[in-house]
Amino acid sequence: MRGNEADERADREATADGPGDDGPDGESVSFSRRGVRAGFLTTIPIAFGVAGYGIAFGVLADQVGLSAAEAALMSATVIAGASQIVAVELWAEPIPVATILLATAAINLRYSLMGAALQPWFGQLSAKQAYGSLFLMADENWALTMRDLRSGSGRGAFLLGSGIAVWTFWVGSTVLGTLAGGAIGDPASYGIDFVLAAVFVALAVELWEGAATLVPWGVALGTALVTAHLVPGQWYILVGGFAAAAIEVARHD
Amino acid sequence: MTEGALSLDPLVVGVILAMALVTALTKVGGLWLLSRIEVSERAEAGLSVLPGAIVIAILGPELADGGPAEWGAAGVVLLVTWRTGSILAALCAGIAAVVLLRGLL
Repeated sequence: MRGNEADERADREATADGPGDDGPDGESVSFSRRGVRAGFLTTIPIAFGVAGYGIAFGVLADQVGLSAAEAALMSATVIAGASQIVAVELWAEPIPVATILLATAAINLRYSLMGAALQPWFGQLSAKQAYGSLFLMADENWALTMRDLRSGSGRGAFLLGSGIAVWTFWVGSTVLGTLAGGAIGDPASYGIDFVLAAVFVALAVELWEGAATLVPWGVALGTALVTAHLVPGQWYILVGGFAAAAIEVARHD
Repeated sequence: MTEGALSLDPLVVGVILAMALVTALTKVGGLWLLSRIEVSERAEAGLSVLPGAIVIAILGPELADGGPAEWGAAGVVLLVTWRTGSILAALCAGIAAVVLLRGLL
């Protein structure tokens, strides 16, 4: 445990001093089997967290009358947890199709920002490689991929490998959740509803870059809190992200 | 049970596939747009803060909606991630903490 800890710390220090830290200038990005493997293996521990969330989604889907096959199809093709859970919460008879699609678009619009953030690296990949990988993009594997690419690894296939790990656990746990259904009872009593928040706290710690991060993060936090209070839906995620980026653009000299 | 689990209603499948299409468009849209416009260094500085800012923007309201149990557990996750660098250890500690704190508070 001690040795492992020291290794990871050395790893993080190496990351902080890495050549990619100042941006990807001159760094070449490859798309290799090695990158897929690295992404897959790095993501397995996080994928257990994703699975906790997938079980929660499966239980909810079962409660509104979706079959295991339907819930699995949604997890396999949409691959966006928050929007799936909101869709299932909106699910009724007859199905409010327009509302569900609008909510899905609003919640997932943040993926455009996240995909855009990958541009310095993905711009060097072929369209098939880049867009194919983006299909499997979810919050967790996107954050891990950003961390990997910013360290200067040049592993363009990391998102794909990471996405395969998330996809496998996400679909599998969805089926598990629907089948377990009523037997599980209230997911909150197992802390499963806290998994997403916990994942994001851990990611925030890893994305922290010292004092330079303070202003954009403060702006993101403030605008997100105010927007969440005033505007229904998940617009606060977009507003917070855009506001922080705008401040950074304005501050840039 | 098995029959029910495997059933696929055409309307439900249609809604699910429409959700998938909308989501796929949001996922590829940002990169598609950026590969068609010239990006200045200034804009890149803005993009570089997006990862952390989005994480904070998702997290802030979610934690604000919670209570002392969630805040305490978030603190545990922060501490364990910072000390060990292991996300799995942090998740386990955080979930144990939230269950424990919800029982106590």
